[in-house]
Amino acid sequence: MTHLLEIRNARRTFITPEGGHLAALDGINLDVGANEFVTLLGPSGCGKTTLLRAISGFETLDSGTMTLGGADLTALPPFRRPVNTVFQSYALFGHMTVARNVGYALEVAGVGKASREAQVAEALEKVGLAGMGARRPSQLSGGQRQRVALARSIIAKPRLLLLDEPLSALDRNLRQQMQLELKTLQHALGIAFIFVTHDQEEALTMSDRIVVMRSGHIEQIGTPREIYRHPKNRFVAEFIGETNLFPVTIDRVDGETALARTAEGVEMHLPSAGRKPGEQVTAILRPADFNLGPTGIPGTVTRAVYLGSDLYLFVQPQAGGPEIRVISRDGAGFDEGAAVHLAHDPARVHVLEAA
Amino acid sequence: MAMRRQSVVLGMLLTPVTLFLGVFFLLPLCIIAVFSFLSPGLYGGVEWSFYHWNYGRIFGWADGIIEIYEPIYLQILFRSLSFAALTVGLTLILCYPVAFWVSRLSERWRLVFMFLITLPFFSSLIVRLYAWLLILKPSGLLNTVLLSIGAISEPLEILYTPTAVVLGMVYVMVPFMFLPLYSAVDNLDRAQIEASLDLGANRLQTFLKVVLPQTLPGIMGGAVIVFIPSVGNFVVPDVLGGAKGLMIGNLVEQQFLSSRNWPFGSALSMIIMAVVLTVLLISASRARKAGGHA
Repeated sequence: MTHLLEIRNARRTFITPEGGHLAALDGINLDVGANEFVTLLGPSGCGKTTLLRAISGFETLDSGTMTLGGADLTALPPFRRPVNTVFQSYALFGHMTVARNVGYALEVAGVGKASREAQVAEALEKVGLAGMGARRPSQLSGGQRQRVALARSIIAKPRLLLLDEPLSALDRNLRQQMQLELKTLQHALGIAFIFVTHDQEEALTMSDRIVVMRSGHIEQIGTPREIYRHPKNRFVAEFIGETNLFPVTIDRVDGETALARTAEGVEMHLPSAGRKPGEQVTAILRPADFNLGPTGIPGTVTRAVYLGSDLYLFVQPQAGGPEIRVISRDGAGFDEGAAVHLAHDPARVHVLEAA
Repeated sequence: MAMRRQSVVLGMLLTPVTLFLGVFFLLPLCIIAVFSFLSPGLYGGVEWSFYHWNYGRIFGWADGIIEIYEPIYLQILFRSLSFAALTVGLTLILCYPVAFWVSRLSERWRLVFMFLITLPFFSSLIVRLYAWLLILKPSGLLNTVLLSIGAISEPLEILYTPTAVVLGMVYVMVPFMFLPLYSAVDNLDRAQIEASLDLGANRLQTFLKVVLPQTLPGIMGGAVIVFIPSVGNFVVPDVLGGAKGLMIGNLVEQQFLSSRNWPFGSALSMIIMAVVLTVLLISASRARKAGGHA
């Protein structure tokens, strides 16, 4: 399978004001398919924005290669790359109308007025802003500006659209609506999207694949399900969603399941495949993976947070150790101070080799 | 009640400035306007009789004294306007790239540069112009250096030429052009430049379509602030300009101080004011059109 974008061993080092060196990109390898929605996810300073800017051409690589559809990108200035960007601040041209903003790429490419106007109308229609062309960006709401930025960046039919945290300035409801719209738009356009965010929920909702980054390198690449259910390490596990980590020692292996204990004596059941008694591993369980029932880890509810459909509980195990976070779907009757038992399906436990 | 009290307070606050401008600006202006239509007194001052030949001397209707009309005053006015326009153009070319450079400096170096730009204001204009005189004169610094490195074989005749006048005016006006330009350039949204490049515009297109329109208010502001004092400037041509460097400001000065023809000097002043006001109105309406929605 050939990829649209291929990045090999990309490196970029910045010199900090204190005179030190900071590896913003530390040997990045990434392939993006022609119709794929890829999210670069990571905390601020992980290099995700630098990687995006390297693709758009606003940042140069110290070494490494980057090809788009087989053609080398690294030597091209930004305005010659068949790639467009939706900027975090939108960067709309304040002195132009919405229509001229949207048609800018065509205007500078020398497309005739009639054809330009038709394409602008079509692009505005696509983002739900039909008839708004005569307005100025300053007369629009945040959500509308976002749509103008989107229309402007897709009008030249790029093969790859880069989105730099475009939803971060919107309120929650609008953000969720835009997440779904972006996904729909990406399917309709049939082009690749690379989306940068630090919001794991956003990444899980929209992506075909998620690239989790930390301090200049890639921690894990995978589908949202892979990343969520089978994180490769502690960092990914803790960064994506709420999680409970149990450093445990394997006690005995019993057919399909293995019994393990934390240092405090909390008992866990894990899949037995590959486990040996005495081995130290980390067991990962999501809050929704616990069942409140008659059996399981005994503990006391220390805090109960009402979330509408769910009840979010903090449970202190009787044996000791850190609190366990649990989501209960039918959470009636579990008040603070209640004694509970936390049961779990051994198959839901994800095991990290390192303790 | 509250509204009324507010307007009373506002009125009280505005009274001093209104009085000051009324007495020291509006009243003298009215006097000049009236004087421009009176006949000159024999030993200076004015005679209180209506006289339209002050304007006749400028625009060329029969003057009654001199039979042959020569448009010498219009020529001087035109020269002043051209010198002022040239000053605007040159200061703009000098300051625009520098404004970009300074806006990219670190906070500390920017402060240093700002201090340097305002440094000339700490000393007298006359003193600084005499320094230019020392630099430009035939045996001055410039010629000495150029002769000694062999760039020229005989001293350049710069002093007392129009070149010296424009050079001096550019020197005086650079800070006035730089400050509004810098503030416009500094407010420029860099992301918009990147957006333009990203959308396929090359650097020239980006400059013409994004950078220039966005900094236009600063350019217009700087141009007006430089143009107006340049038209009426008489100190620079007085010190650095010869007979060919005479500007309308010198002419007005002469009418009041040497020729003792106050009405004619007043008429010339009214003409300068009319021209400057026209320029202001045009640039204001342009600015409204360009930046009305910003």
